[in-house]
Amino acid sequence: MAQEIYIPSYKRVLEEAGNQVLFMFRFFRNIFRFDFEWNELVRQCYMIGYRSFPLVAITGFIVGFVMTLQAEPTMKEFGAESYIPRMVAVSLIREICPVIIALICAGKVASGIGAELGSMKVTEQVEAMEVSGANPIQYLVVTRILACMFMIPLLNIAAEGLGLLGSYAGINIGEHVSPVLFFNKAFTSITFGDLLPSFIKTVFFGFAIGFVGCYKGYNSDRGTESVGIAANSAVVNASLWIIVMDAIAVQLTNALGY
Amino acid sequence: MKEETKTEHTTADNGPVISIKGLAKSFGSNTVLQDINMDLHKEENLVILGKSGTGKSVTIKCIVGLLAQDKGQIKVFNEEVSTLSEDQLKELRIRIGFLFQSGALYDSMTVRENLEFPLRRVLKLRDKSDIDKRVEEILEGVGLPDAIDKMPSELSGGMRKRIGLARTMILKPEIMLYDEPTTGLDPITSKEISELIQSMKTNYHVSSIIITHDIACAKITADRILVMDSGTIVAEGSFDELEHSKDKLVNSFFK
Repeated sequence: MAQEIYIPSYKRVLEEAGNQVLFMFRFFRNIFRFDFEWNELVRQCYMIGYRSFPLVAITGFIVGFVMTLQAEPTMKEFGAESYIPRMVAVSLIREICPVIIALICAGKVASGIGAELGSMKVTEQVEAMEVSGANPIQYLVVTRILACMFMIPLLNIAAEGLGLLGSYAGINIGEHVSPVLFFNKAFTSITFGDLLPSFIKTVFFGFAIGFVGCYKGYNSDRGTESVGIAANSAVVNASLWIIVMDAIAVQLTNALGY
Repeated sequence: MKEETKTEHTTADNGPVISIKGLAKSFGSNTVLQDINMDLHKEENLVILGKSGTGKSVTIKCIVGLLAQDKGQIKVFNEEVSTLSEDQLKELRIRIGFLFQSGALYDSMTVRENLEFPLRRVLKLRDKSDIDKRVEEILEGVGLPDAIDKMPSELSGGMRKRIGLARTMILKPEIMLYDEPTTGLDPITSKEISELIQSMKTNYHVSSIIITHDIACAKITADRILVMDSGTIVAEGSFDELEHSKDKLVNSFFK
């Protein structure tokens, strides 16, 4: 009877970290290859970006709407209702939209990629690609990670716009405010220093979502159970990466004076 | 261009196309292969018979470098597989076809796209009419010209294996490795697949290793049979020789 080899947990953690670094190295090495899969990249952009748009749009709108309704009574108490557009705009753009949209995409996109690649692994499609002489990393992994890096920032911008629209709708429940006045106040408070870090942050969030989804799916074990495990751990790990990256990004932007 | 370079390769005309010596492979403490020694000769159909879990599939996965051996030597066309660089291994894999047990069709693509995939990505073909011609030809070869625009989910088990075989044969490999080609199929379809494997040898002059525990498939396809048990080869011979073997294990396959 085969004996189970006991591996201490810290060794497993180090092994996992090492495997992730190697996988990342394979990703970067394959980005710059001559025979790039442009068609597959466009298809993945459509699948990841366009198909996530309804969910992201509804979420963005509701976040802006709810934030405004929640803030209104307190702001009214201090006689500061006129600051609501500024407050909502800055919060949405700097922090709330990038993080919430990234977490939603971690749930939708990372799990989807993890499950898709996991089931391809289980049904030997990845191995079939490999033994035919094709490059599965380039076709399956590079295209998905890059599509996430392109589409998550765009989805975030759309969510921010719709969040402001939701905020405008929320403020109009209590009293009528003209759109010109609302958006004028919202936009005058936003600076380049708010937009750029937010955009850069979402590119990294996109990388985390694509990378973790691909890594978990590509390295899933045999059996249908592993597909579920790959999808689940893709969501959990991608979410964790996003939160940690956000904490680092805040420190960096503060240190750089943005 | 790739096609031209392919013909430039020198096949080991005088020696075996695959030569394995002292192959051993373990997963953790589980020893799967102990000391495998075998040769595959040009235009030979070599059947490896054995119960499930005896290491048959692991052997052929080591041949194409999907798994790295722990010990031993695997030479394909006189090249040691474990010493090849990534690009060299890729070149070698183009010359070896591998039919997976499930067919392993890309399930998000139609049959046409499945067949076009290796042509566009491995042979780097761009001419649409040339690609269409090759796809139609190979589908005729496996007897499924009408399945061209179907999705894999619309195909039966036997049809999937035929398309899987077509996708492999479209690159015109010199060696074919079949991983349990008739498992899960009814006897009639199994016979058809076995005859198709035999026709691949006749029509395309490929050398093949066929992993199976289906004795009917072995009877149709085998030039030579190896019997594996517990990670070692326990018997070797032609179908007729092994059919009359007095060894209990060998005999149990033929009953």
